[in-house]
Amino acid sequence: MRVELVRRPQQSALFSALSPFIALGLTLIAGAIMFSLLGKNPGTALYYYFIDPLTGIWDPSNRWQLHELAIKAAPLILIAVGLSVCYLSNNWNIGAEGQFIAGAIAGSFIPVVFPGFQTWATLPLMLIFGMIGGAAYASIPAFLKVRFNTNEILTSLMLVYVAQLFNDWLVRGIWRNPQGMSFPGTIRFNEYAILPEIWPEAGRAHWGFVFALVAALAVWFMLSKTLRGFEVKVLGQSPRAGRFAGFSAKKMVFFVFLLSGALAGLAGISEVAGPIAHLNEKISIGYGFTAIIVAFLGRLNPLGIVAAGLILALTYLGGEAAQISLQLSDKSVRAFQGLLLFFVLACDTLIHYRIRFVGAPARGVPQAAAKPAGEAASHV
Amino acid sequence: MSEDHGSAPADLLEVRGLTKIFGQLKACDSIDLLIARGEIHALLGENGAGKSTLVKMLFGSLEPNAGEIRWNGSPVRITSPSAARKLGIGMVFQHFSLFEALTAAENIALSLDAGTPIATIAAKSKALSYSYGLPLDPYSLVGDLSVGERQRIEIIRCLLQTPQLIILDEPTSVLTPQEADKLFETLERLRAEGKSILYISHRLEEVKRMCDRATVLRHGKVVGHCDPRQETAASLARMMVGNDVHAVTRPPVDGLAEAQALLQISNLNRKPATPFSIPLKNINLDVRAGEVIGIAGVAGNGQGEFFEAVSGEVLQDRASTIRIRGKDAGRLSISGRRLQGAAFVPEERLGHGAAPRMKLSENLLLSRHRTDRGAFVGGLGMIRTPAISAASQRIIAEMDVRKSAVDPEAAALSGGNLQKFIIGRELDRKPLVMVVNQPTWGVDAGAAARIRQALIELSRAGSAVLVISQDLDELFEVSDAIAVMHNGELSKPMPRAEATFEKIGLLMGGAEPGHVEHPQEVA
Repeated sequence: MRVELVRRPQQSALFSALSPFIALGLTLIAGAIMFSLLGKNPGTALYYYFIDPLTGIWDPSNRWQLHELAIKAAPLILIAVGLSVCYLSNNWNIGAEGQFIAGAIAGSFIPVVFPGFQTWATLPLMLIFGMIGGAAYASIPAFLKVRFNTNEILTSLMLVYVAQLFNDWLVRGIWRNPQGMSFPGTIRFNEYAILPEIWPEAGRAHWGFVFALVAALAVWFMLSKTLRGFEVKVLGQSPRAGRFAGFSAKKMVFFVFLLSGALAGLAGISEVAGPIAHLNEKISIGYGFTAIIVAFLGRLNPLGIVAAGLILALTYLGGEAAQISLQLSDKSVRAFQGLLLFFVLACDTLIHYRIRFVGAPARGVPQAAAKPAGEAASHV
Repeated sequence: MSEDHGSAPADLLEVRGLTKIFGQLKACDSIDLLIARGEIHALLGENGAGKSTLVKMLFGSLEPNAGEIRWNGSPVRITSPSAARKLGIGMVFQHFSLFEALTAAENIALSLDAGTPIATIAAKSKALSYSYGLPLDPYSLVGDLSVGERQRIEIIRCLLQTPQLIILDEPTSVLTPQEADKLFETLERLRAEGKSILYISHRLEEVKRMCDRATVLRHGKVVGHCDPRQETAASLARMMVGNDVHAVTRPPVDGLAEAQALLQISNLNRKPATPFSIPLKNINLDVRAGEVIGIAGVAGNGQGEFFEAVSGEVLQDRASTIRIRGKDAGRLSISGRRLQGAAFVPEERLGHGAAPRMKLSENLLLSRHRTDRGAFVGGLGMIRTPAISAASQRIIAEMDVRKSAVDPEAAALSGGNLQKFIIGRELDRKPLVMVVNQPTWGVDAGAAARIRQALIELSRAGSAVLVISQDLDELFEVSDAIAVMHNGELSKPMPRAEATFEKIGLLMGGAEPGHVEHPQEVA
């Protein structure tokens, strides 16, 4: 017996629209099962995960939690918006985590190496450095793909570990704070190097969230209204038609990698210059990878990504809450996010394909194409 | 015409009320069909008439929604191609499913029961191929074979399973006239042995010449059964199309000798990009204002490579290799060549000439975002949606593109209607140089006539038109001169007045120009 995916002649518009919500619902059900297997009351666990962090909406004394949500959502949205452009153009940048770290390092260069440089220009320069750092780091897999036809999935992913280890080496080595009691980490950034809070009286949310919203709007505009966005989509959907249109696939590889790298780098430096205020060895809690889920949950639409970023940010906060209240392992966050990505992709697949179970393996001419060519060679 | 085989019924295959529904569309609507033993039965119809759907049901690739198939008088359900083969139905597809990197024998082995040694298969296929006059070397690599030879592999593969009914889908569309003649001999031989053949074609002359009976389909329904030898080509066409097809008219051109060459190709060479693509060898051609030049040739002789080189999807080493309106264009990209006044229509509609999942208006932008930048693109690179919508509606009206929505996705259109749009998209620019590859491949007769007429009119308005086609009828209809592409080389254009099917066919088979004897069979 064999399981086949057969393309549906037409896709249901209704289920296409509902698919992210179905995926969320299935994730909740699977999560409830997971919690009961861990011996926790699934109702309570889901409450801590998805309701407790949102109580700030109606309870002013918990409003700080909404700010925490914005802090977590900002890098997710920034990165995912860039990734959506990559994925729409059929370029698979999996290394946003590395570009995030590269941006954080490049931006931190100014306050760490020149701590005396304290003017109004410090912060803008840091942000620009962050974007350049992320873009430069993303240009490596882009160059390798264009020049040597390497697989960008592998190269961009491997460069994540390079960036992580390089950062680790910096904050334990030449950039370590001499007064840091030998903890890994740089000196604390000076006040000109700190990304300020949007509304300091209410909570800690910083301007990174505003950057994320602006980036989402700008990229949405580019994708849906401009010739450049058209070029991204044509080259992603039908590369040959794109070449016929006179669009360059190679230039597009650089464009999308530089754009997504710059946005990931901006997210990195915003994170470091914002809540953390110094560079250390654990600046990311996997934002670059979670952003992949955000991009797909948001259906590669920058406006959908804003909503998806808030949802995934909730799982981070909920995971912390559940850890404190129910002693759930913090690994449950990762499990949750993995389930969500699985269900999102499964729902999307089932919109385009239906499952068919095939009895006996069919033989014959049209099927021959599906068989490995080695079978024929074995007769020789 | 049917002879009695003992107690067996005269009809080998009987189809009653066969129906297949795709969503809203009745692709086949209550089809009746009788195939007797030892007859060649033609299945006629335009593209989209339901021929392919019908044979897919007979071959088990599709399951009917209603109706009955009787084989040798008893009802059967054909659930898969292997079930069809077990009954004794074999099929030769229009598009071959062969691995280029394997030998002919290995390809045949793939469709047989596992365990038969290759040597046995090779010996059997060789014997069979010679006995039917289709010589084939079982150890040759498919990648090295011509399209006609590849078709032989498909036919031998089918015959090895000793079918009683052989279905052939548009078999001559990839053959030279001489190769087609060879195929007809084989088919007549099979008929003499008492085998039945279901012959799908839209070429009326060959159907008249060979087939005993014909079933004509239109819009999924049987519109008639007839004896094609009693009909004229015109009466058969009328049955297929439902009304008279307007003949294409080609007014004469004056003063062509002094006309300026708008497209000049000199010493065009191209190395093969992949092991199985054809190198282009020293191609020279001038296309003058006011004329249509046709390029004939069997598929896979370098036409695709030639089109890419002329269009600028692949650049030349020297700028002077391609000249458009007297200016060097060999180093210009496709956009640069369009800005010089050239327009291009590739062979593949979906995925090359048009992006399938994009709307027609967006597909208009695909080839015209540079040439019509002022009209279609505004500040900040914003697309002027009203402008492209208006322009695409203008083309839709001009070319009579039939569609189900105001601005549907390209993939939602039938092949013919999408082709009309793609041609119209370029004609709308009034290009001075137009290069078209397979302008009416898979397009119904009415739409094809319209497209051909439009190409002639463009040339008579002072443009240079280059048409690459496998369809000789088409080239004889539209061209003022015909050149032949064979194995990456292009013959000198032969004026229409001198050209005959016979002469062009010989060149397509690889004969040197001026050669009179028949081309050598490659065994």
